[in-house]
Amino acid sequence: MSKLTATPGQTVGPFYGYALPYAKDRELLAPGSPGSIRLQGTVYDGAGHPIPDAILEIWQPDADGNIVRRTGSLVRDGYTFTGFGRSAVGNTGVYTFTTVNPGPTEPGAAAFISVAVFARGLMNRLFTRVYLPENEEALAKDPLLSSLDPERRKTLIARRDADGGLTWDIRLQGGDETVFLDFEGTGTEGASQ
Amino acid sequence: MPDDVNLATYNADALTEDLSDAVPAASGTAPQAVPAEAPRVETQQDLSAEIKALGEAYARALKDGAPKETQPRLDFAPYRSSILRHPTKSLHHADPETIELHSPAFGHQDVHALEADLTIQHNGEPQGERIIVAGRVLDGDGRPVAGQLVEIWQANSSGRYIHKRDQHPAPLDPNFTGVGRCITGPDGSYRFTTIKPGAYPWKNHLNAWRPAHIHFSLFGTEFTQRIVTQMYFPGDQLFPLDPIYQSIVDQDARDRLVATYDHDLTEPEWALGYNWDIVLTGSKRTWTENEALGAEGDDHE
Repeated sequence: MSKLTATPGQTVGPFYGYALPYAKDRELLAPGSPGSIRLQGTVYDGAGHPIPDAILEIWQPDADGNIVRRTGSLVRDGYTFTGFGRSAVGNTGVYTFTTVNPGPTEPGAAAFISVAVFARGLMNRLFTRVYLPENEEALAKDPLLSSLDPERRKTLIARRDADGGLTWDIRLQGGDETVFLDFEGTGTEGASQ
Repeated sequence: MPDDVNLATYNADALTEDLSDAVPAASGTAPQAVPAEAPRVETQQDLSAEIKALGEAYARALKDGAPKETQPRLDFAPYRSSILRHPTKSLHHADPETIELHSPAFGHQDVHALEADLTIQHNGEPQGERIIVAGRVLDGDGRPVAGQLVEIWQANSSGRYIHKRDQHPAPLDPNFTGVGRCITGPDGSYRFTTIKPGAYPWKNHLNAWRPAHIHFSLFGTEFTQRIVTQMYFPGDQLFPLDPIYQSIVDQDARDRLVATYDHDLTEPEWALGYNWDIVLTGSKRTWTENEALGAEGDDHE
């Protein structure tokens, strides 16, 4: 099959706010329902300031590690877990999701949530992952995490809060910059030119 | 320059009052330092010179055998708001795993067919030039991306977004919101009816204007294919001046964001037609026979 060249991305810009958010976009299930947790964090720029105009998407398996193939992410029926959510940050750069702890998709695998980051001033979306902190053994043998040095590895692992929620911040730039992923391996998506 | 221009705002992006990421210079150093005197207003000439230098450096690199760049540079200083918002470390190569090799499923619970017509969302007809924008979403192997979500948003015909932070003193149109959605057909096709958006000013530098564009958000069959981008109109004189369009330094790559006027899409006595096909990255997953036939999602069109 012929290989086509991908269409370039562009920044989401400042005005997505009346287009991309939708009702219950960040509630993969109803807050307070059994098994629900909060996933929350702040998006920071290279000066350490919160970014007030970023929007995040998460895509994850259910609590049993199943990849859900159900429609209804945009118009939620209140009961179907679809695995997809979207949260624009507020004025203080904080995003919030209500979701479940993802299960490992294979026995013994490290459980993670896939994340796409968009922001004004960010030329193209960035992919990353947020891992659950608990299963040390699985984290240690995870192919991605084990390819990172310890300092960078930490940026992909959420902190478990006392109430069972997860806290995970995103730093677009700087010494403790979040690890962002290139799935293409072509070098065409590299940050440094 | 008009006398009442507040110079301080011209180092901020867009039409917001948010100066949190305004920096005195492109160096990216000491972003919290307050300059002793008001910063010099940056003009289009300043920005054009920077854009030109980056373009020339890319042309030289190509001559020396560097690969063609197909995506925007994350680090593209002429777009001032990118200075503190681009990763400085190289993206880390990862083989997509499990969840990343699948995509959320969208269907007709999520999107009503009428959401693809942005001209019928209110009681009256919106102002401006009615257009049809249609094309196909393909993956990098040329396979149609069927049953997936396409979202668009745009300014109205006078270049004004309905967004509360858009302070451009151009009229809002009570009959135009500028948001649409659709689900791609079995052949990857999408089609929107809308109004041709106007160009609008922003505050990257003095006299900065964005070429007319429609924002597109697309999902593939794998989450790794997710993109948000902008579609432009052919022949726009603002292309060479726009730091966002020019952040894609390769002309062939930039051209991929420009729609083609298509008289076969034009409808008599009704609307002009533009064609724009979108190619996502290649699939990383081994496809089942059903998927290869385009049976993803609930694509009962």
